Amino acid sequence: MPAPPARRALSARERYLPFVFSALSVVVVFGLIARLVTRAEQWPRIKLQFFNIDAIIAAFPNVFRGFLTNMTVWAIALVAIAIWALVLAIFRSLTGPLFAPLKVFSILYIDLLRGIPSLLLVLLFGFGVPALQIPGLPRTGLFWGGVAMILGYSAYAAEVYRSGMEAVHDGQRAAAKALGLSQWQTLIYAIVPQAVRNVLPALLNLAVALQKDVALLSVIGVRDAVREAQIFTARTFNYSSLIAAAVLFLAATIPMARFTDYVARKDQERRLQRTL
Amino acid sequence: MYRVRIDNLTKYYGNTLVLDAVNLAVKEHEVVCLIGASGSGKSTLLRCVNKLVPFDHGTIELDGVSIEDEKFKNSNELHKRVGIVFQAFNLFPHMNVLDNITLAPRKVHGVSRRESEKHAHELLQLFGMPEFATSYPEQLSGGQQQRVAIIRTMATNPHVLMLDEITAALDPELIGGVLKIIKDLAEQGMTMIIVTHEMGFAREVADRVCFLEGGRILEEGPPQKLFSTPTHPRTQQFLQRIIEAGRL
Repeated sequence: MPAPPARRALSARERYLPFVFSALSVVVVFGLIARLVTRAEQWPRIKLQFFNIDAIIAAFPNVFRGFLTNMTVWAIALVAIAIWALVLAIFRSLTGPLFAPLKVFSILYIDLLRGIPSLLLVLLFGFGVPALQIPGLPRTGLFWGGVAMILGYSAYAAEVYRSGMEAVHDGQRAAAKALGLSQWQTLIYAIVPQAVRNVLPALLNLAVALQKDVALLSVIGVRDAVREAQIFTARTFNYSSLIAAAVLFLAATIPMARFTDYVARKDQERRLQRTL
Repeated sequence: MYRVRIDNLTKYYGNTLVLDAVNLAVKEHEVVCLIGASGSGKSTLLRCVNKLVPFDHGTIELDGVSIEDEKFKNSNELHKRVGIVFQAFNLFPHMNVLDNITLAPRKVHGVSRRESEKHAHELLQLFGMPEFATSYPEQLSGGQQQRVAIIRTMATNPHVLMLDEITAALDPELIGGVLKIIKDLAEQGMTMIIVTHEMGFAREVADRVCFLEGGRILEEGPPQKLFSTPTHPRTQQFLQRIIEAGRL
């Protein structure tokens, strides 16, 4: 058997020159922009208001503590959404008169919760439910704000799951039925595992969106990163704390977005392989 | 008593008549092949027998009991009796071979995991693929996948095995291995209804061949007779085309 062709050896020059050129052009272009901005007449004021290192350092401990609250809410909500949305999607996919109430519930739920702005949900739950003073239920804005995020995002995630379930080939259902599996067993053992694998990239995209949207909890008084930054701003009339919060969010969302891209690419490769 | 008895079976897809008062009775240990052009109703016939699609008129009986009887209301009872293997294999891609085979015995027939895996290993051994127990479907060739699909159905111990063009999606060199399994099953006395385009195979394995067209069985008889001296002009025409295509 002939050996596979050897990779052509590249000289150091061939290998590194394109890289050096792209690095150079990036530095030049962005350098020019930076120079233009910093030489503008208003720059010193902008710098003082938004990029004040002293203010950022002073605000950082509180903003960071708030940010940890954001990420805790995010992580808990993520798990809850993944489960609750799957339950909703399964309800919606059930057929037969016995399951009609579950199906109708799921359709109504998704229509309603998907159609209301997240901010409105957070206000309704975060201020509304504690005001009822129902004994035995938590009354913190943190809890009910988190519940609002979970309920709202589950409606979206349920639709994502549903699309994944519908994308599973009909032959899979026929095979499961022909083997004697009930509708429920068919869903659990044959359809849902494939659906989850199909929609994982889309679900991760929602997770990235949620990572920022947890900041909505700041409007009901939860001392998250945004709230802490606002408190600092109100005290000092300096907006650098908001920049600190923004940087923290970016530090979380950019890696998450890259990870989503990676999973999506893997998923694409898997699908390509299957069709070959 | 017939294993499967179909009387006056009629089925419409919308306004299209796909099965036109079909009568077919299959005895125990009998192998019946259904042949005919695409769209003649062969596959739909199989799918009516195990309730994958509903039908409009007529009756289907298993061992003398209508499949619409109370006994088969829980359709699992029906699927324990009748197994089907599909053209596209339809293995579960997220499960390995062993799990594909043991899923129905465990979840439908209440067999323990240990017991069902033991049986699965025996079947894999019997069908010449013991080394593939932990492989996933996408790691197997089409022929291997189809053999696993046959084993998966056989693992539920059906009384009747229905095969729906099981070699139609396979490369020519992979067909032999799959057909060999079916011949073995026929020799062991498995009752089978086989939809196929492999006329040579039908001639070899069938006790009876039925030629379908337009949702009717136009002609039926032992393979020697039907293939060498067909009486209906449409059967003659169909077989002539098959011969011209080099498939007989």
